[in-house]
Amino acid sequence: MFNYYLRLAWISILRHWGLSLLMVSAIGLGIGAAITTVTVNYLMSSNPIPEQSEQLFYVQLDSWDVNDPFDDGLNPPDQLTYTDATNLMRAKQAFRQSVQAQAFAVIEPTDPDMLPLIVNARANTADFFTMFNVPFLYGNPWSQASDDNKEHVVVLSKASNEKLFGGENSVGQSIKLAGNMYRVVGVIDNWQPKPRFYDITTGAFNDTEDIFVPFHLIADEKISRSGNTNCWKPTGDGFQAFLASECIWTQFWVQLNSAQEKAEYMQFLNAYVQEQQQLGRFQRPIDNRLSNVMQWLASQEVVADDAQMMMAMSFMFLMVCLLNTVGLLLAKFLGKAPEIGLRQALGASKRTLFYQYIIESACIGIIGGILGLILAYFGLQGIELLYGDAMKDLATLDSKMAGLAVVLALFSSILAGLYPTWRACHIQPAQQLKSQ
Amino acid sequence: MLEMNNINKIFQTADIQTHALRDFCLHVNEGEFVSVTGPSGSGKTTFLNIAGLLETYSSGEFLLDGKDVGKLNDNGRSRLRNEKIGFIFQGFNLIPDLNLYDNVDVPLRYRGFNSKERKRRIEENLERVGLATRMKHLPSQLSGGQQQRVAIARALATSPRFLLADEPTGNLDSEMAQGVMALLEEINQQGTTIIMVTHDAQLAARAKRTIQVKDGQVNEQQSAPILNKQAIA
Repeated sequence: MFNYYLRLAWISILRHWGLSLLMVSAIGLGIGAAITTVTVNYLMSSNPIPEQSEQLFYVQLDSWDVNDPFDDGLNPPDQLTYTDATNLMRAKQAFRQSVQAQAFAVIEPTDPDMLPLIVNARANTADFFTMFNVPFLYGNPWSQASDDNKEHVVVLSKASNEKLFGGENSVGQSIKLAGNMYRVVGVIDNWQPKPRFYDITTGAFNDTEDIFVPFHLIADEKISRSGNTNCWKPTGDGFQAFLASECIWTQFWVQLNSAQEKAEYMQFLNAYVQEQQQLGRFQRPIDNRLSNVMQWLASQEVVADDAQMMMAMSFMFLMVCLLNTVGLLLAKFLGKAPEIGLRQALGASKRTLFYQYIIESACIGIIGGILGLILAYFGLQGIELLYGDAMKDLATLDSKMAGLAVVLALFSSILAGLYPTWRACHIQPAQQLKSQ
Repeated sequence: MLEMNNINKIFQTADIQTHALRDFCLHVNEGEFVSVTGPSGSGKTTFLNIAGLLETYSSGEFLLDGKDVGKLNDNGRSRLRNEKIGFIFQGFNLIPDLNLYDNVDVPLRYRGFNSKERKRRIEENLERVGLATRMKHLPSQLSGGQQQRVAIARALATSPRFLLADEPTGNLDSEMAQGVMALLEEINQQGTTIIMVTHDAQLAARAKRTIQVKDGQVNEQQSAPILNKQAIA
């Protein structure tokens, strides 16, 4: 009977095409709006490194002004000072640890006909690549020894390698940055974690960098740092004074593989802060934090309130569309009262009629869902146009979202069809047949 | 076969109670052709709706083939209606979106026949009413008489024991009406019990037995060749 009901639904949809078009449009618009906002929220709040997110911890220490707390005292500073970051690096108390900061560089091409290339860079220590599961196309990360020996090494992104070496394996080749030669030790494959969790202070949804260089190059003034810098007291003159200042501009991640390791590391942090207090720093109450990836993203409110508000509003819009669909279905099904009465006379029970008309509602829902998917696609394109590169990759429909759209449309249409179908099934056949 | 004992049907509105049937008693035996006449509002259509299980009754007893109809739920009534009763309406009541084949197919679907059996029955019954060549036509492409023939084919498709006809010739001209009556007589001769409500005295006279309904009661019975045990309340 299912195929028979499907056929009847199709005939009915075509026969009352105007009404059907209105219902499909209502469901399509509602689903389109809902899926557009759900997709953005879903991608914003997705886990960028699910295999390791529970073992990676972002370190926060409250080194801020005793009289003027950071973030009104709700959270400790969102970055570390150079002093603390390098002290923690040297201590090597975690299974893995990495300090990093955003930088920029100018690549001077060996070919005199080529123009210099300004690139975004990340200055980081060796464990960065292993901790964050960075995929390599050619070569490997640089070693701990390279960090210790202050070697001039570089890892290129796939796109940079395309530009500089035509996509060839460039491991062993050199590039020139600010007058110094750097040996290419690796080329990473496509890698765009969304959100870009490892440094959300410079934009949670920005692209990954063009090149990666050792962190010591910043202190050695061989590469220029960029990114956010916050200070609560004067830094003094010169770069060395800046490095020794209370300005925060580095991000520090550790990998801790168990609850015990985490507890031990927290003990170490507390001891470190107490030691620093004796040196006249850290005058605020101890507030050290270790946040895993998802905790860190949540605390930094990576999913914007606006996006959540938009999603709530789009679901309200879907509800309005569904209420309209309820009215249209009611009009359609009650308009079929004579046919319903006749079918009852010919042996249809209320249950069989219910199946027939709920299947018709579901068919309208599926068509509405497909329209909704198309509208969501255009909606996401619109968002990308409106917000530019920041929304690139966030405004993309994947198979999960497409499936959700169809399921949501199906569920919504069945929900919308329940009352009209119930009313249709309770039509008195005698009255309808008499009135024919 | 059809036995109604003291059936009452009361329609209740806000202030008024209307007795559509009042202690209505009727026995119809297998193979009878009963015409039901009576003035408008006398209760003959209500009787037909109750007989066709399209409407419930307020009190009394109704046995169809020995089964107490009052004890059946919606599913049971639907099944009994599908298996034992065929309907012919004044307004034909064909589904306009479906072609003749699919219209006749409707009760067979609810009966649960397989596609081969449904095809056989549809073709056989459309052949019987002389419309086998127009199976793929829509009802709107047929004359009134032809539409009523399709309705008869649909009513017969499930091989019902009862055929309930409500003014089957009411919307037809006299020539077409005669044709439909001849078809009903032929069907009756083949063993199907027919109960026909009509205003037309001439057509009513062609039935083997005629009853008159007045004020919700069977109040008159004319002679009929088949013996029945009708009780007049």
